[in-house]
Amino acid sequence: MPTLEIDGQRTEVPDGLTVIQAAERLGIEIPHYCWHPALSIAGNCRMCLVEIEKNPKLQIACNTRVADGMVVHTTSEKTKAAQRSVLEFLLINHPIDCPVCDQAGECKLQEYYMDYDRQRSRFPLPAKVRKKKAIPIGPLVMLDQERCILCARCTRFLDEVTHTSELAIYERGDHCEIELAPGKVLDNPYSGNVVDICPVGALTSRDFRFRARVWYLERADSVCGACANGCNMEIYHREDRIFRFQPRLNPDVNQYWMCDAGRLSYRELQGEGRLTHPLVRGEDEFVPSTWATAIGQVAGRLGDLAREHGPGTVGIVVSARAPNEEVFLLRRLGAALGARVAAVSWSPPGAFHDDFLVKADKNPNTQGLRLQGLAPDGEADQLLEMAGAGRLIALILHRTDLTAWRDTVAVRAALERVPCLVVLDTDRREASEYADVVLPIATYAECDGTFTNHAGRVQRFRAAVQPPGEARPGWFVLGELLVRLGGRESFASAETVFAALAEECAAFEGLSYSALGADGHPAVSGAP
Amino acid sequence: MAERLLLRCLDIPDLRRLDVYTAHGGYEATRKALTTCSPEQLVDVVKASNLRGRGGAGFPTGLKWSFLPKQVAKPVYLAVNADESEPGTFKDRVIMEQDPHQLLEGIIISAYAIRCHTAYIYIRGEFALGAERLEAAIAEARSVGLLGRDILGTGFDLDVWVHRGAGAYICGEETGLIESLEGKRGYPRIKPPFPAVYGLFGCPTIVNNVETLACVPHIVLRGADWFRSIGPEKSPGPKLFCVSGHVERPGTYELPMGTPLREIIYTHAGGIRGGRKLKAVIPGGASMPVFTAEEIDVPMDMDSVQKAGSFLGSAGIMVMDETVCMVWAAFVIGRFFHHESCGQCTPCREGTGWLEKVLRRLEFGEGSATAADVDLLLNIAGNMMGTTICALSEAAAMPARAFATKFRAEFEQHATLGRCPLRPVVEPPRRHAHA
Repeated sequence: MPTLEIDGQRTEVPDGLTVIQAAERLGIEIPHYCWHPALSIAGNCRMCLVEIEKNPKLQIACNTRVADGMVVHTTSEKTKAAQRSVLEFLLINHPIDCPVCDQAGECKLQEYYMDYDRQRSRFPLPAKVRKKKAIPIGPLVMLDQERCILCARCTRFLDEVTHTSELAIYERGDHCEIELAPGKVLDNPYSGNVVDICPVGALTSRDFRFRARVWYLERADSVCGACANGCNMEIYHREDRIFRFQPRLNPDVNQYWMCDAGRLSYRELQGEGRLTHPLVRGEDEFVPSTWATAIGQVAGRLGDLAREHGPGTVGIVVSARAPNEEVFLLRRLGAALGARVAAVSWSPPGAFHDDFLVKADKNPNTQGLRLQGLAPDGEADQLLEMAGAGRLIALILHRTDLTAWRDTVAVRAALERVPCLVVLDTDRREASEYADVVLPIATYAECDGTFTNHAGRVQRFRAAVQPPGEARPGWFVLGELLVRLGGRESFASAETVFAALAEECAAFEGLSYSALGADGHPAVSGAP
Repeated sequence: MAERLLLRCLDIPDLRRLDVYTAHGGYEATRKALTTCSPEQLVDVVKASNLRGRGGAGFPTGLKWSFLPKQVAKPVYLAVNADESEPGTFKDRVIMEQDPHQLLEGIIISAYAIRCHTAYIYIRGEFALGAERLEAAIAEARSVGLLGRDILGTGFDLDVWVHRGAGAYICGEETGLIESLEGKRGYPRIKPPFPAVYGLFGCPTIVNNVETLACVPHIVLRGADWFRSIGPEKSPGPKLFCVSGHVERPGTYELPMGTPLREIIYTHAGGIRGGRKLKAVIPGGASMPVFTAEEIDVPMDMDSVQKAGSFLGSAGIMVMDETVCMVWAAFVIGRFFHHESCGQCTPCREGTGWLEKVLRRLEFGEGSATAADVDLLLNIAGNMMGTTICALSEAAAMPARAFATKFRAEFEQHATLGRCPLRPVVEPPRRHAHA
């Protein structure tokens, strides 16, 4: 392992590492535009030029391999002069339209100008090369050629990651421009990633642009719930509205990327149909209620019916959209009521999937159900059959709308025959129309919890925003219900629920929120 | 030099035809190399000859060949750089049009030496006649077993393909050339890896200039000592000089390496046209620093020209008499490099355009040139030096810097007057069109 010195710090690093990577390990950021750890080395922006002793010329840190005895200076006068010069070159033909640019606030030109340049322009404004602006190049992406610094991150992503090559560089010199290849549209399932990796305002999101200045937004670490892959992401939010999802690095799951469907799935979390109050059936329509009344009513009726009719007459259907914590509490609820607990994991037939990130299973926690012994194996159909035959006395539907994925007529008829139907869900759906009580719960963006992805990796998500109205986290509602039914334990947080799960369920043994950390942790393999 | 070798075509009519070429000893070197030498021996003799690349960089050819990995499963390629895109250079063109078999011989011997079985001649697109004559020569050579399978019964196979470029200066840069040959945009590659390790299609590749390869048969026939005896020992050999501009007899001259620039201009090229005074000479193609009239007592070999502050480059000698405006000359060159920058590296992409803009406003009074523009020009040029993937940035910066330094008073006069003192007021040349 070579030992080198960067800015006076000696470090030993593995062979084959580049200077930029070695510096990163020491916490020294060498400014760069074109270099991206997941893409090939282009070496074109020249921002990472550094002084390396015994080298007559400055070297680009992104393409220079470490060598034993190497002495690197990232803040020497020569290095600083090169950084200033490259920034000046980058800015002479740049439109400097930051006030109307959506990238402002997360723009590497702005940031590096402040950090490394700060000189006045020596270039007359009318002399700037003009190019095309605001070109929609795909459903998600807007292109501004004037702001482009031609780092080729987008073209490399499309060549090397998606292998779709929609974009290319045309023309030469300072007339170079990024443009769609003839006949192509940037509409591959991962197109939004080019916006993330564009270091400047050349590629902006048509979904997000002009909706918020990024410096007003807060972020929360989360995991995408749009499919079983569990891509790590950040939720950008403000005043309890979600503005965008952006992928968060997890080398074991999604690297730097996420799919467009997942990226846009934040919309589904704040749709028109969100339930905001507990609803209790009145004469012929729902009446908004309080939690105390609703929970009291549900606990009272379920408890009475279960006692009256004996074990196996109450059903619980839990979907693979439920976090591990809720699944755990529903199992406890099942035990308390002597109920049959069935799992469902439904995805639209023929749903898009590929061999990269997008999974055919559109549920975030199917594997979590399995690990708690709830395989989606048709038990739900038996419950429906029982209901249809009038033998099911009460049914709890948790985050699932059975009418959406079974023979509608039969399901409706079955649900109508259930004397007590309780629905816990985020949104008003058809099944809730048959309910006696509807309990509004939080989406995964509104509560803490964990999903177990397709590969058995348990990953945390965190509450980014408040649930709307009176909606509450699912673990909280189920916990209250259990207490009302005589449970001895009350849970203060999703974390304590998870601790109880880890205590009880072999697959989660030894895991805790702190053990999961930011990147998640595989469930105990081989556990039932 | 009494005897012309590289330019024998000037003495022997129809030398481009195989029958004429063989009647004058053609392919004897090939026969000798393939039947009596091992590849290693050939590499050694070329090393011993001190042959240095004639394309512009002057890198020792034998050394370049020896960088090829010794054990490699992949094929080795020879890419012949016939792009000749440096303004003021027209020497390879003569060889290809008038004596294509000389080049083919150089290719066959060199390919044998580096164990290569496929060679590509990347020829400048505008050289239609050269491409045609090369194709004809390849067909002739193939028909008599000098190309193709089992050449001269030695078991050595070689195919040569002519690939025409599409008009980009940068495709004369060896890795830009390789990218272009692969069908991609002519973007020079970051080095390392160098082409000898990772070149065409990811295989070990040697890129050699036409004139360089044309020297190889003569070295094989006459020996390394003979070659080294011509001109200075460290950059020896016969050399083609392309003289253009304000001389009585512009043209390509074959002279020993190290012939003084003054002798080339005044003896061989007949002196300055119309008896006018010499003002400036570019010794090595448009990208090399200019010499003033006082600086021409320099032997034209790689080391001597470099010692004098410029480079031999492609030996494109551009002669300018007293009527030429130095700002205008710098502008024409600046405009060329702005047009030809591939746009990959920031300093070159942005700097070449900026240089042209400053030179334009000095020469044509566009905008408001000030005396400070001279220092700005020097500063921009300085920032373009040593900061990019390939040498095009320097190729644009070096001449601008040399003109503005050596003719600073003339540049400042432009700024003061707000126009060119030498040339009548004309419409400024239009900016290069980009689609």
